[in-house]
Amino acid sequence: MTGETHGLDRILARHPFFDGMPEGYRVLIQGCAANAVVKAGDYVYREGEPADRFYLIREGRVALEVYVPGRKPIVVDTLGSNELMNWSWLLPPYRCHFDARALELTRLITLDAVCLRAKMDEDPVLGYAVYKRFAPVVAARLAAARRQLTDMYGAPGS
Amino acid sequence: MRMAPADAATAAARPMPEPRQETAPAARTPDLMAPRPFTVERVTRDVSDTFTLELRPLEGPPLAFQPGQFTMLYLFGVGEVAISVSGDPDRPERLVQTIRAVGPVTRAMTALKPGAVVGVRGPFGRPWPCAEIEGRDVVVVAGGVGLAPLRPAILHVLARRGQYGKVALLCGARTPKDILFRRDLRRWGGRLDTSVAVTVDRASAGWHGQVGVVTKLIGHAPFDPEEAAALVCGPEIMIRYTVQALNDRGVSLDRIYVSMERNMKCAVGFCGHCQFGGSFVCRDGPVFRFDRIADRFAVREL
Repeated sequence: MTGETHGLDRILARHPFFDGMPEGYRVLIQGCAANAVVKAGDYVYREGEPADRFYLIREGRVALEVYVPGRKPIVVDTLGSNELMNWSWLLPPYRCHFDARALELTRLITLDAVCLRAKMDEDPVLGYAVYKRFAPVVAARLAAARRQLTDMYGAPGS
Repeated sequence: MRMAPADAATAAARPMPEPRQETAPAARTPDLMAPRPFTVERVTRDVSDTFTLELRPLEGPPLAFQPGQFTMLYLFGVGEVAISVSGDPDRPERLVQTIRAVGPVTRAMTALKPGAVVGVRGPFGRPWPCAEIEGRDVVVVAGGVGLAPLRPAILHVLARRGQYGKVALLCGARTPKDILFRRDLRRWGGRLDTSVAVTVDRASAGWHGQVGVVTKLIGHAPFDPEEAAALVCGPEIMIRYTVQALNDRGVSLDRIYVSMERNMKCAVGFCGHCQFGGSFVCRDGPVFRFDRIADRFAVREL
């Protein structure tokens, strides 16, 4: 992964994550942000690693995989443009739940979760604003995962 | 009613049409219950439990049909089942039917070879409102083998591409191996005027496409929810989630059409096996405008 910081303000201002967020908070969060590019096939993070960053996908696609010994990894979800990745940074023990592998060249904004967690502890209004943006994402992923569990395309009676 | 895409701005104001009634049993010939013999010309195995038959009438005219209609396919000596027509409505010379082997009759049909003869009744049922939704964006959502009855509608729309706004095809399947009509999807996805997205519920790392429920595709698909009409077919649970996701994005229920599956026997609205509340799916469906069935759709075990 390579990083750069210029142009972040413009990019962050356009990202749906910041819709309706006071500019002061956006600037504050920008202090924890950096640009990154991941090549196809490279991993953004691995299961079990400290969740000390989260990501806003600008462009590209990332597979969330589960490593299974003796088998090909199982892809449980794919994430694309404008989606949030790695909500594990919000909750102890702050460990990544899956392997995240880029399926194509992917541009990301990485956010330093350690830095942001400290700012959120200092300012609960900022913390609430961030949680309000993550809670629907977590809920939607849980609902989607449960729908996947229904095996809806299975043969009738199976 | 035909509208040029330039008139699309006014499309939202029009009341949405009901699917047309194509079969008026009383007015048709008395041999509605008599199958016509068709020869199997070709058998294609699509995915593990699904195959497509290409049929030609032994005699008489080809079977003209509207997208979304079905036939009753009779395997002599075994039984009769309702099967969606999956072919091109502009080329009715061959009757193309896609079958999932899930019951005794359809499983027995997997043994059909070219040259075999089957009986065909129909076509039956109300079709997708392809002509009526001209001028609108079209979003097609297919789950699993639900793509089969949508294929004629897709072919109809793409053959008259200029009559429609944006066209988005969203397909869900269980695994990459279960994706129906891959060659078609690749061809349609290669067009610059059509958006195709496919997602599977589960995959291993060799799959480079999307993973996740089909409803996830709806949020990102390029169509104007205020102008779009949606055609949806798949398992009932998938229809439920899909209608909800389309509605959440702003597609009103009177612009969502769904194709329902029930146990069709007579196919002409007499026997009642396919009763769905106050409707018979064979006669009043299989395509319904969703707002007309929304209350019944929510009733369990109906």
